Amino acid sequence: MSAESGTNFDEMLNADGSVRPAYAEYRQWFDSQDKSWLRRQDAEAERFFRRIGITFNVYGDDAAEERLIPFDMIPRIITAREWRKLTRGIEQRVRALNAFLQDLYHRQEIIRSGRLPIEALRNNEAFLSQMIGFTPPGGVYTHVVGIDLVRTGPDDFMVLEDNARTPSGVSYMLENRETMMAMFPELFTKIPVRPVSDYPRRLARSLRACAPPAYKGGKRPVVAVLTPGIFNSAYFEHAFLADQMGAELVEGNDLRVVDGRVCMRTTTGYKAIDVIYRRVDDDYLDPLSFNPNSQLGVAGIFDVYRSGGVTIANAPGTGIADDKAIYSYMPEIVEFYTGEKPILQNVPTWRCSEADSLGYVLDNLADLVVKEVHGSGGYGMLIGPTSSKKEIADFEQKLRAKPSNYIAQPTLSLSTCPIFTKEGLAPRHLDLRPFVLVSPDGIDITPGGLTRVALKKGSLVVNSSQGGGTKDSWVLDE
Amino acid sequence: MLGRGASGVFWMSRYLERAENTARLIDVGFHLALTRGNRQSQDEEWKSVLTTTGMLEDYCSKHTDFGGSQVFNYLLRDRDNPGSVLAMVENARTNARVVRTSITNAVWETTNEGWMHLRDLLSRPVRETNLGEVLREIRRIGTLVRGALEGTMLRNEVFNFSRIGTFIERADNTARILDVKYYVLLPSAAWVGSSLDNVQWDTLLRSVAGNRAYTWLNAGSMDPRGIARFLILDGQFPRSLVFSYDKIRSNMAGLAKEYGHEVPAHQLLRDAGDKLNQVTIEEIFEGGLHEFLQDFIGKTIEIGSAIAADYRFSE
Repeated sequence: MSAESGTNFDEMLNADGSVRPAYAEYRQWFDSQDKSWLRRQDAEAERFFRRIGITFNVYGDDAAEERLIPFDMIPRIITAREWRKLTRGIEQRVRALNAFLQDLYHRQEIIRSGRLPIEALRNNEAFLSQMIGFTPPGGVYTHVVGIDLVRTGPDDFMVLEDNARTPSGVSYMLENRETMMAMFPELFTKIPVRPVSDYPRRLARSLRACAPPAYKGGKRPVVAVLTPGIFNSAYFEHAFLADQMGAELVEGNDLRVVDGRVCMRTTTGYKAIDVIYRRVDDDYLDPLSFNPNSQLGVAGIFDVYRSGGVTIANAPGTGIADDKAIYSYMPEIVEFYTGEKPILQNVPTWRCSEADSLGYVLDNLADLVVKEVHGSGGYGMLIGPTSSKKEIADFEQKLRAKPSNYIAQPTLSLSTCPIFTKEGLAPRHLDLRPFVLVSPDGIDITPGGLTRVALKKGSLVVNSSQGGGTKDSWVLDE
Repeated sequence: MLGRGASGVFWMSRYLERAENTARLIDVGFHLALTRGNRQSQDEEWKSVLTTTGMLEDYCSKHTDFGGSQVFNYLLRDRDNPGSVLAMVENARTNARVVRTSITNAVWETTNEGWMHLRDLLSRPVRETNLGEVLREIRRIGTLVRGALEGTMLRNEVFNFSRIGTFIERADNTARILDVKYYVLLPSAAWVGSSLDNVQWDTLLRSVAGNRAYTWLNAGSMDPRGIARFLILDGQFPRSLVFSYDKIRSNMAGLAKEYGHEVPAHQLLRDAGDKLNQVTIEEIFEGGLHEFLQDFIGKTIEIGSAIAADYRFSE
């Protein structure tokens, strides 16, 4: 797209083609490797992923029900200094997100103060009236958050999106590292890379720290991962995390409410669960409180939740915080709850619900990225610079019909990092999703995260459902 | 463990066992087709393979003749056949995915890799020239997964449910194979001593991988009662009815020990097992071999259902 290589920031190379210090040791190693051996390792990695079943399902794609997310062997490297700043910014943002949710479902001070218009909540399906006046165990709303970051310059990291519902991809962060360590062990003896492998243990600890009032101590709180089942696109991850945490992997039909607790059907009877790490959407959680046709949830779980019988992570109704309409207010939100200027910037965003903004967006469609407010996964969006006249005209119709459904952002000159291709190294655009755990004990950020990379030259779309790949993400030790 | 998880490992093992037994039946059908020129008796052989696997009716609704490659392709890979070997291995793998957190990486990976390999092998019609390779691969998957279970799994409820699945299926399959062919073991004036008898008996033993063992135990001499005794009552032969029931009992005992109590299925199994251990081959023939096998198959189904209910496989 518009961001041709050379005009944007490259993670590995300076503008003059010299290697940046963070990549110096890696590049030296890479240049000394036999390229045909590297190619063999590449093929080996793919076999490895298939064998252990790290696949994702693509909806409506029958023939290739389970696909691999392509893995690129060139790591994305972040220096200790860069990471320190990111950590501070992420922590600030996640603290604000939780305070924001607590406020929205209680006194709504931010609306009273005029910093957030009430329209942002009205008719917003992500706002759950059932959560009003209720405080989740430990006061934690977003137990697991993924913050999508993009970079446009040496010191310019921006938040593209907050994922406060059920962010996925952490299994790729872990398996990518495992794969790299298996393929190139010597790299990790040469270069001090901060480990990520204890994420599942930290997740389990963090979830257990949020046990509900009904948990009376004694044995450790019982944690279960609730999955929609093997046909869900992220099933591998659900199973993987349950396995690594030593938690049960349950489906809706394993659960029922017994004596005011949510219980799972074991071979010897029903057994109470204290904390449910759910990977099903709010709407499917409880057919009694939400979508009555849901087969994925548990009838009555919401009443149990409200009466302190179970912890649901993330809390229902957190989606309002990562809604794209809310996103544009994040700078105000951060300032309102932390009293500080945001450390991480937002991408400039036009709210098409506002007449002035809409006018600007309509005049500049060919240069902008327009997103649906409630969309995800790169669907239902327009990337002006790569779209045909007809595509833009069609999109304009939709936009005019319901402006409040859209936001627009400038086409960013995203940073690139080389990937390994048949022809050698080639720069591709990428983003970074660090994973953040929140518990009453504090905020815990795993060093690194998931780097998603566009595999097509010039493409800015990194979503796995749209042909993006992933890289191992290294944070260097001090 | 979750009831659904118990069901998952149980069925994973059942499907793998059934796939392996179907492969062996196909092997025998093919072997006979090679040794017999007579088209009609070849057809009969394929028909009895289809009967044993319970697919004769479905097959006949789609095809009018019993050409060997048509039959084995139907049994191995026909997309419209929910009981094809490919579908069974797929089912086994799907169940393994469901219980991914209860089984070891080694068990999952062998199941998954076996499925991937078989899917590739069966992506094109199987010809007589590569049938042997395909059948070997199917048997290999079963062997490797059992080996991985044996070598890497904790000896706990998960392992026990898996073994129970294997041996419920095996008991059922051996009984069905015998039942479809029971008449070859009955005394018949016209057949006694004919070479046809020997071929039939050998076929029967082959379809449960028992020909070598039987020959070794009996110094090469074959007689119908001896064969029936071997397949039903021999506690050394790993595919006999008695052996399968012994294994189910010991794994059920493992569950009772782990859980600290028995369930109704235990009594059901104990009664059926005691009966099986006391009966003689003479009594079986007196009461009718066919009747005995029908009764046994029914009892095995009953025990399987009781286990599923007692251990809450589903709501």
